[in-house]
Amino acid sequence: MTTKITTIMTSLLMIATLVAITPSLNANAQSAPDAPNSNLKFDITGAGATFPFPLIDLWRVEYKNDFDNVNLNYQSIGSGGGIKQHIEKTVNFAASDAPLTDKERLLAPGTLHIPETIGGVAITYNIPEIPEKGLKLTGKMISHIFMGNITKWNDPEIASINPGLKLPDQEIVVAHRSDGSGTTFVFTDYLSAVDPEPGWAKKVGKGKSVPWPRGLAAAGNEGVAGIVKSTTYSIGYVELAYAFQTKMSYAYVQNGDKNAFIEPGIESVAAAAEGVVNSLPAAEANWSTVSIVNAPGPNSYPISSLTYLLVYDDIKQVSKNKEHAKSIVHMIHWMVTDGQQFSRSLLYVPLPDKIVELDKKGLSKITYGGEVLWKYDGPAKTTEPKTTEPKTTDYQIPDWIRNNAKWWADGLITDQDYIKGLQYLISQGILKV
Amino acid sequence: MTKVTLNKKRVISDKVFKIGATVAGTYVLVVVVLMAFQLISESYPIWEEEGLSFITKTDWNAVEDRESFGALPYILGTLTTSAIAMAIGVPLSIGIAMFISDAPAKIGGPLGFLVELLAAVPSVIYGLWGLFVFRIYFRDWIETPLHNAFGDNIWLFSGNPYGLDIITASVILAIMIIPTVSAVSREIMKAVPQQQKEAAYMLGATKWEMFKLAIFPYSKTGLIGASILGLGRAVGETMAVTMLIGNATGIGAIPSSLFGPSQTMSSIIANEFVEASPASIHMPALIGVGLILLLIAIVINVIAHLLVTRMLKIKEGAINN
Repeated sequence: MTTKITTIMTSLLMIATLVAITPSLNANAQSAPDAPNSNLKFDITGAGATFPFPLIDLWRVEYKNDFDNVNLNYQSIGSGGGIKQHIEKTVNFAASDAPLTDKERLLAPGTLHIPETIGGVAITYNIPEIPEKGLKLTGKMISHIFMGNITKWNDPEIASINPGLKLPDQEIVVAHRSDGSGTTFVFTDYLSAVDPEPGWAKKVGKGKSVPWPRGLAAAGNEGVAGIVKSTTYSIGYVELAYAFQTKMSYAYVQNGDKNAFIEPGIESVAAAAEGVVNSLPAAEANWSTVSIVNAPGPNSYPISSLTYLLVYDDIKQVSKNKEHAKSIVHMIHWMVTDGQQFSRSLLYVPLPDKIVELDKKGLSKITYGGEVLWKYDGPAKTTEPKTTEPKTTDYQIPDWIRNNAKWWADGLITDQDYIKGLQYLISQGILKV
Repeated sequence: MTKVTLNKKRVISDKVFKIGATVAGTYVLVVVVLMAFQLISESYPIWEEEGLSFITKTDWNAVEDRESFGALPYILGTLTTSAIAMAIGVPLSIGIAMFISDAPAKIGGPLGFLVELLAAVPSVIYGLWGLFVFRIYFRDWIETPLHNAFGDNIWLFSGNPYGLDIITASVILAIMIIPTVSAVSREIMKAVPQQQKEAAYMLGATKWEMFKLAIFPYSKTGLIGASILGLGRAVGETMAVTMLIGNATGIGAIPSSLFGPSQTMSSIIANEFVEASPASIHMPALIGVGLILLLIAIVINVIAHLLVTRMLKIKEGAINN
């Protein structure tokens, strides 16, 4: 009995795979760059931001599983160092938490900005009277606390929006980063947006290192977290994932629409990116003023930011040969599409579809000395939209299918195509679930 | 026949030795010259922009289009922390050296070994221990009582103590220079001829009088040299200080109280170098701080060298007489 069912299943799967091949190969020809030439070995080097390093490192491993002739070497030396190497053309791509400034653009003309993931910054605090998360704060209040205009926790302004909380009559201790960092850039970018001139924007400004008016400083997220944890009545800011992992109390921050206080999280940061997606420039344009802080939308967490991969539009100047150039394009394409499914497992925020689309258009602009490497004219209309967004993670292939179709997993086509084939069968009524 | 071959061999080995030694000697010179050249050329834009006022200004603003840099607070921060570290560390180190040099070999040997072991502990370990353990106790048991007792009257103790401040960083620095200073001091005290000590004892000196009459006058310059070697380490120390000094920038980093945060030259370089934009003068400013640090370190080392050489000359003189 069991054997019979298995046989039927296997044969159904055979059909499924056969059906799946046709549309997916068609789709690949248009919607993804050519896979790296499997007869050659490729070494791709990147350098830059430390923030996306865990994700890029996971991508390196996962990508190598699929394309074992491509070796990625990413050095997380900081955005500044990455941009420096990008300008000197010593790496194939760079990663930066902040877009290139106007001055940097002049030194690296023809740079494409490819957003690869989204980050958020959490406001953490240590108030023994309020051990739980959820102290409400507006942007102006945060600015005033970090500038020293608000010095006590029981300040009437804070109390007025936190009626249920018992705020202590204690001096606020401010903690911030001592090292230059993308996290500081996002945080000060936000404060400059919510407290424009003559407030924060004038007195402090935005940047990776700013002239802090007050506070204790320590290096790294762990340093700031260390100060906040060991100093009562302190407040600081750390990268979102770090706040989750260390289980610190964090504040709910008023959204850009000023009608709600938003808990930081993957969903609310993704919402912020959705909120500004239509106003983003093309990859080859000037991004120096792009910012997604204080994004519109009722559920948008306001202290969010895109992080970028930087590549030259004429990739010939940093690649060894055309095949090498194609492998770089393919890998970056894989990162912003298939690679996004790994974001959540590391508490990174996956890119919304529209930004993925923007990235693809940007990647299609890359040439090798003027020769187009990948022609792409927007999403294919004949087949269903390529399901590379995190949606696919909702569909888990049961183990028994994997076992039955092991030959399939070792083959040339990815899980997505496989699932698509099954979905095709289901939608055609061939396979009943 | 054999003799000729031997001579040939000797000639060759002599040549190899000569070349090897020359290469090794030149290497040191080349490294120092290249380092100085690189620091000067890379920091050139900041000297062009700020001139010598880079050394006297107190601004530190890396925000785009508002760039303004001055190294004075960090020079002061370095000198202050180093001075406090010396004030705490040197007497302790000389005490340790006195004990070890005079103790029976059974105790002195292992103790000397332990002190040298401390020198091998990486500075990041001192920093982490300082940040997570030492700072908390130091803040609660020493800083807070001092602040409560004298904070209102004596400026040294003003400012709320959080444990991330000049005094914590200085105490950790003191702990870190003790192995260097005490190891060198011990060697210098041991170098005092036995006759000198015996002569002092013969005159009826107590142990302390023996140190005062025989050892200190004899090893004075050497001990100063040893302390300056420690100072060299304190000035350049980065990781542990960065973790504990509170890392203020600009005018806020000028030391104003023992319990206030500050910043040293090496810590601001460590903090900001990685993310400094290559397109602004932030990077040249940091390299400029590095150049100042190198100059200060050279001055300190030259002084130490001169003092130690003088000491050795005296010693030779004593033995020859």
